Amino acid sequence: MSDRTYTADEMMTVAASRALRNGQVCFVGIGQPSAAANLARQTHAPDVVLIYESGTLETRPDVLPLSIGDGELAETALTNVSVPEMFRYWLQGGRIDVGFLGAAQVDRYGNINTTVIGGTYLKPKTRLPGAGGAPEIATSARETFILLRQSPRAFVEKLDFITSLGHGSGGNSRAEAGAKTLGPTRLISDLCQMAPHPETKELTVTTIHPGVTRDQIIAATGWAIRFADSVTETPVPELSELAVLREIHARTARAHAGQA
Amino acid sequence: MPRAVITSLKEAVAENVRDGDSLSLEGFTHLIPYAAGHEIIRQGRRDLTLIRMTPDIIFDQMIGMGCARKLVFSWGGNPGVGSLHRMRDAIERDWPQPLEIEEHSHGAMANAYEAGAAGLPCAVFRGYIGNDLPKVNDRIRSVECPFTGEKLAAIPAMRPDVAVIHAQKADRRGNVLLEGIIGVQKEAVLAASRSIVTVEEIVDDLGGGPNAVILPSWTISAIAAVPNGAFPSYAHGYYPRDNSFYKAWDPIARDRETFRAWMDSHVMQRKTGEGVQ
Repeated sequence: MSDRTYTADEMMTVAASRALRNGQVCFVGIGQPSAAANLARQTHAPDVVLIYESGTLETRPDVLPLSIGDGELAETALTNVSVPEMFRYWLQGGRIDVGFLGAAQVDRYGNINTTVIGGTYLKPKTRLPGAGGAPEIATSARETFILLRQSPRAFVEKLDFITSLGHGSGGNSRAEAGAKTLGPTRLISDLCQMAPHPETKELTVTTIHPGVTRDQIIAATGWAIRFADSVTETPVPELSELAVLREIHARTARAHAGQA
Repeated sequence: MPRAVITSLKEAVAENVRDGDSLSLEGFTHLIPYAAGHEIIRQGRRDLTLIRMTPDIIFDQMIGMGCARKLVFSWGGNPGVGSLHRMRDAIERDWPQPLEIEEHSHGAMANAYEAGAAGLPCAVFRGYIGNDLPKVNDRIRSVECPFTGEKLAAIPAMRPDVAVIHAQKADRRGNVLLEGIIGVQKEAVLAASRSIVTVEEIVDDLGGGPNAVILPSWTISAIAAVPNGAFPSYAHGYYPRDNSFYKAWDPIARDRETFRAWMDSHVMQRKTGEGVQ
């Protein structure tokens, strides 16, 4: 059964959670990726392994963490390792199947900016938080999924700064830069899903969320977005998925409000 | 090696932190040394190079109070909330003074701390591939593997003058136990010339198992007992992260006057170790 009363954010989170397969090892970014990864774990992928960069290995939080290192993550983890070990053995060592990343801005090749917008690097108009773990997640995880609400400010023709490599300038440029992994294989927004074109590596719309039009997607994208030859409709969220997601958010809100 | 001196936080800071020092305050979301940072602000230290992977609210406060000349970091936000407004004001508008930045990725800083602890001149790792950070940070360079020819990233080892961390417990000889998310604190202390550790309590027996994360007394300069010393961050086994404080910080830090008034009543007018609660 489906429920047509879901929000665009819920559609995005559900679609992203479905992209994770049971048993995969996932390096989870904070925010939307964390909601999607935990929804997957509590629905179709009970054996998905979630890892956060704070060193929490195989964590199973009941409540979504506000930060990447909330106590909930450490308490429910199989084990907690140091941050150098996390980045050296587990990420660089090739143990991660999927890196799940958010972003401030993305371009048509799935390169990500989380550093500065406008002005110059030293005197930016907007200083963003910076790289965190993303540059090495983007090149050491076997593949990456990008999760981001779609708007012309976020989906831009040209990034002011490349913080994390996607498909570079397209074609083989990612491999030529020295990356040995697949890079972004999927982008999930609140309007649609995209995948890189097999040759050009340009992100191309592959599925459109129910009720969304092509014109909406074109208007929300800062480059001339292309659509795959066969575009399908994203399957609507199941009632069971929405129930679990809403319960996760309700538990999280109660837990965070309970702290004074 | 001399053993750690168990002293007051005020003495520990006065004795070990000097104007112009490079100062690493670590704790990856967990065990952030807030009380020690506040004491450094109260003692009016200036021209510091502040080093932290995730600056968090404590660096927002130290930068906004004019302690810092330079910031070395890899992710500067209020986790799950948004910007660090005092850090942004310093970078974007030079308030209260210009702030030089040296920016890395988490992977790079973690490797650099480990290289510092290991006594190496630099860290070598697979990183910074295809991004713009090497263009704006000339300390990010590369080396070629002499065996395979692979191009690898290299940055200088992290070697702060002083490392400041918070931990759960010390015993009476000054050995320190860390539990939960342990971040890069062990590496930071071993990489630094001097170190200050604040702890929740000083006990007779640390009670760690045979593989517990322990910093021996002779690797530490000074230890001070400061209960709640990591608040609004947390201490695993003692108190949770106060996520509502992190959310409440956003409007306080947006405005210069509001920020200064808050710091005056919650930090400057308080006694050492009293905390902000």
